[in-house]
Amino acid sequence: MTSPDPGTELWLPKPELQGVIDHLRAIGYEVVGPRVADGAVTLGEITSLAELPAGVQDEQEPGKYRLKVIDGGGYFDHVVGPHSLKPFLFPPRTTVLQVLRVRDSWEAHSPDLPRPKRAVIGVRSCDLHALAIQDRVFLGGPHRDPEYAARRDGLFLIAVNCSRSAATCFCVSMDTGPAVTGGADLVLTELPDGFVVRIGTDAGGAVLAGLGCRECTPSELTEAEAVPKRAAAQQTRKINPATVHDTLMNNLQHPRWDDVANRCLSCANCTMVCPTCFCSTVNEVTDLAGEQTTRERVWESCFNEEHSWTGSGAVHPTTKSRYRQWLTHKLATWIDQFGSSGCVGCGRCITWCPVGLDLTEEVAAMEGSHG
Amino acid sequence: MTELPANPWQVMMTTVGAVTPETQGVQTYNLTFDDAAVKYSFLPGQFNMLYLPGVGESAISVSSDPGNSTTLSHTVRVVGNVTRAMARLRPGDKLGVRGPFGTAWPVADLSGKDVVVVAGGLGLAPLRPAIYHFIRHRSDYGRVTVLYGARTPDDLLYAAEYDAWRAADINVEVTVDVGSPDWLGSIGFVTTLLARLQIDPARTGVFACGPEVMMRFISASAVDRGVPADQVFVSLERNMNCAVGLCGHCQFGAAFVCKDGPVFPFDRVRQLLYVEHF
Repeated sequence: MTSPDPGTELWLPKPELQGVIDHLRAIGYEVVGPRVADGAVTLGEITSLAELPAGVQDEQEPGKYRLKVIDGGGYFDHVVGPHSLKPFLFPPRTTVLQVLRVRDSWEAHSPDLPRPKRAVIGVRSCDLHALAIQDRVFLGGPHRDPEYAARRDGLFLIAVNCSRSAATCFCVSMDTGPAVTGGADLVLTELPDGFVVRIGTDAGGAVLAGLGCRECTPSELTEAEAVPKRAAAQQTRKINPATVHDTLMNNLQHPRWDDVANRCLSCANCTMVCPTCFCSTVNEVTDLAGEQTTRERVWESCFNEEHSWTGSGAVHPTTKSRYRQWLTHKLATWIDQFGSSGCVGCGRCITWCPVGLDLTEEVAAMEGSHG
Repeated sequence: MTELPANPWQVMMTTVGAVTPETQGVQTYNLTFDDAAVKYSFLPGQFNMLYLPGVGESAISVSSDPGNSTTLSHTVRVVGNVTRAMARLRPGDKLGVRGPFGTAWPVADLSGKDVVVVAGGLGLAPLRPAIYHFIRHRSDYGRVTVLYGARTPDDLLYAAEYDAWRAADINVEVTVDVGSPDWLGSIGFVTTLLARLQIDPARTGVFACGPEVMMRFISASAVDRGVPADQVFVSLERNMNCAVGLCGHCQFGAAFVCKDGPVFPFDRVRQLLYVEHF
């Protein structure tokens, strides 16, 4: 059987999604998808449709995340949880160099690169945009990150159009969702009895070959088109991407920075859940005899004082300077560096902030000011 | 320039040669690469990541002559764990090197012009390769002046070399913040030396390195005297971890100081340099 071409939309009955999982596993992929763990919808390996969080909806507010189950709900009624694609490509802890003592000297070995084949089901539009942003960070410059490149090569993406927005979502204003516009091998839109599947790539089409797909009816296509529109209409938060750069950079001394610094705990949660934050530090991990050293790269955050440490002290010694560094980088200087905002409007930094700081409010407080 | 490896964290091993005490807590380490196949070259103003296995890395500017390809020197002050451990290195010990990284003092662009090199304290170390370049190519430049300020006469770096620089037709002027009984030279900040210097601003380039506050004053003062802001260059210090623009520590506005700097034209950093803690 020939594979459907990219751009084609087909109808996939719900149970057939198991066939997609089985096929991907059969050709060597670890399949990762959303499931409920630790009181949240997080990403982990799945083998069966039954593991997907059917009917689970997340209530998200600044500093709040709760789950509830709706009878008869869909597999993808939840919005984004604390996990994004980031840890699969840029692991929170990884080895960048191994150094062995050999006689009176040292030998440094680059680690073998992991080359996992990993398929992720249920990726949202904001996270696909975040992936494109991290591609520019890790692969777009003169120095490519070798591990990111190796992991990126083996990634297969099945995206989902969001059917709901959380109260913390603002992808519409960032022009990053909720409808998936590209960057995935397959794109699902969930309807009560099945999925409208758009083929994104030849590899995506090949996965569907042999499954019980058929052509969509016009009413299925119309119904599917309405799904992300419904999610979009629910969003209330926004950032104006056209003005936010100058709003922040023209207000580096605005009193609002002192105000937010009084509320911010500088705990770094926002940077850990952010799908684009890429700061890291390499630490020395040594055996007791001092014969072997592993250079371990771990996630780091601009909210830590050590992050900006130099011989003459920290460049960002205060919470004010650290929050300002984070927000101006995320929303302003990132554009100068990489040609796009560092924010995709996923709202995770709002939800997972223990004191409920909301960057959209902080920006709004400075809008229209100068100095 | 030396090509960087596919794994940006891969390190080249060197053997420590002479260790020269300079000033209190400051030593210069001469290094030679263990692998004869390493063809290392750098541009004045660039830095290396120096690595002690089990201890860590520190970003240090190269302070040797870019025209000398056999020995690499770094002048290092003890400020943290890594530099404290480095201070115990003896000839024959091993030190890892990654690099060179970053932008350079644009020595070639100043060809035919007058040059004013302004250094404060240890800031002379990253400028010394540029001074060596001017000496090697002295006829390519007009007047070349080194203005150097340190806290006390004992803190003057490379003091034994000033006469050789003067003999190579470099005007070297030195000042200290606090004198000593036998100090017969100038007392005051290095900014006063610049204020006194006769310059032809339209044909002058300025290289400045030292504490950030000193670079702010020097740059502003040079621009006030008519030197174009894109002809004044400063070398910024930020936390460097990966040195290749991937780890995020060194960001300064839109710049990654490790790859877009450390040497910047003043007009590019002017606005943010005056924002406290930015």
